[in-house]
Amino acid sequence: MLPEPIPVVKAKATAEPVIAIHELAKSFGDNQVLAHFDLVLNQGENLVVLGKSGSGKSVLIKCIIRLLEPDSGSIQVLGENIVDLNEEALDRLRVKIGFLFQGNALYDSMTVRQNLEFPLRRHWMNVSQGEVDGLVMEALDNVGLEETLDMMPEELSGGMRKRIALARTLILKPDIILYDEPTTGLDPITGKEISELMIEVQHKYKTSSLIISHDMKCIRRTADRIIVLLDGRCYAEGTYAELERSSDPQVKNFFE
Amino acid sequence: MNTSENTKAFFTETGAISSFAARFFKQVYKPRFELNEFIRQCYVIGYQSLPLIGLTGFIMGLVLTIQLRPSLTEYGVEAQLPSMISVAVFRELGPVITALIFAGKIGSSIGAELGSMRVTEQIDAMEVSGTNPFKYLVVTRVLATTLMLPILVLLADAIALYGSYLGVNIRGNTSFSLFYTQVTGILEFGDVLPAFIKTFFFGFAIGVIGCYKGYHSRKGTEGVGRSANMAVVISSVTVFVIDLVAVQVTDILNLN
Repeated sequence: MLPEPIPVVKAKATAEPVIAIHELAKSFGDNQVLAHFDLVLNQGENLVVLGKSGSGKSVLIKCIIRLLEPDSGSIQVLGENIVDLNEEALDRLRVKIGFLFQGNALYDSMTVRQNLEFPLRRHWMNVSQGEVDGLVMEALDNVGLEETLDMMPEELSGGMRKRIALARTLILKPDIILYDEPTTGLDPITGKEISELMIEVQHKYKTSSLIISHDMKCIRRTADRIIVLLDGRCYAEGTYAELERSSDPQVKNFFE
Repeated sequence: MNTSENTKAFFTETGAISSFAARFFKQVYKPRFELNEFIRQCYVIGYQSLPLIGLTGFIMGLVLTIQLRPSLTEYGVEAQLPSMISVAVFRELGPVITALIFAGKIGSSIGAELGSMRVTEQIDAMEVSGTNPFKYLVVTRVLATTLMLPILVLLADAIALYGSYLGVNIRGNTSFSLFYTQVTGILEFGDVLPAFIKTFFFGFAIGVIGCYKGYHSRKGTEGVGRSANMAVVISSVTVFVIDLVAVQVTDILNLN
């Protein structure tokens, strides 16, 4: 039996939701990873889902983009229930959602330019080579790595790969960006740079972001609101300052 | 695993590969057509396999001639050596041995390449950007294996006959024009066409199985190695099964 969730502070939804999850459940065999999970991501907001390793954060984000099929529940993304979409409609909706993988997932047989062009060429078929070049340079300029244009991913450092992965995510100008552990495995300085870049991106493109993380420094810098995921449920919710003051021992554990 | 579990696993795997092949036929006619990637795969799969296929074909023809000579000499029909070799090479040895070498080289490389793309989330990255990785990765490779193997088999057959010509001349003195006349004099429509048609099926099976094992690779680097290994094992066995079916079909249709 899962324990009853203890809501600490409930933040009020002030804007239109771009993602609304209701009663989401996902299990692998006997292991119930998510149960009765609810979440709302508002327009222009940076929402962090905080949880221990193995708590189901990555499962949640993969259900939102439908890399994993949920067992039950609804996931409304930009007004469409992603669970019900057919393959074509799903691909159309996915163009509006960027996904930054924990391991970056750069195409290692392609140069940085080809990595960035790959989604562009397949979705914006009518753009000229000149326009494609312009968009690629704009994306690289956003992450400050124009000089890597013709390099292979293996020639880049961990931080540079993360930036290129973010540039590839940004190139289709998504409305929502899902970040899966964006600073895990990076040194503190690079982690800070990536966190600042995420905020810059949000301000420049007015994106809404769902950030999966347990890096408290990154969370403090980026989060407008935090959801604590525990035992497959939304255990607590609030701003960083509100949760930091919480007397609940489970929540306090994260902030100590 | 006991016998019933093994049987169940066999039919489950066979069903999954069949469904994967059906997905190929559904996707192959749909735009966008990945022409550049298809041409690149033809180069990698076809052109870069030429040295290996040529060498094995040459050795096959030479060794077969040397091995067969004593038996034919015993019956006083040594002069039939070119005719017998050509029938054996065109009908059976050329297609099957080339397909097995091809399965070892290409089946394993497709299994390992797609497997490592799967475990490093590169295929997931294509999916979440709505770019249809099945079309880009699977359709292009299966088409390339299906079209390149028949060409490689024809080249291997020709090189094997050249090896045989050299083999004949180790202990004899046969002119190239006489050798050529004997080869073309014995070969009929029923020797060449059915054998050529079955190579398309060999190529298709090797491509589908290699892609299936790589595309569904799991469990990290160990899973990648296992995918590559299983791609070779299953496609090699499938080559023999198709060969068995093909010989029955040609027999029933009186094409022998």
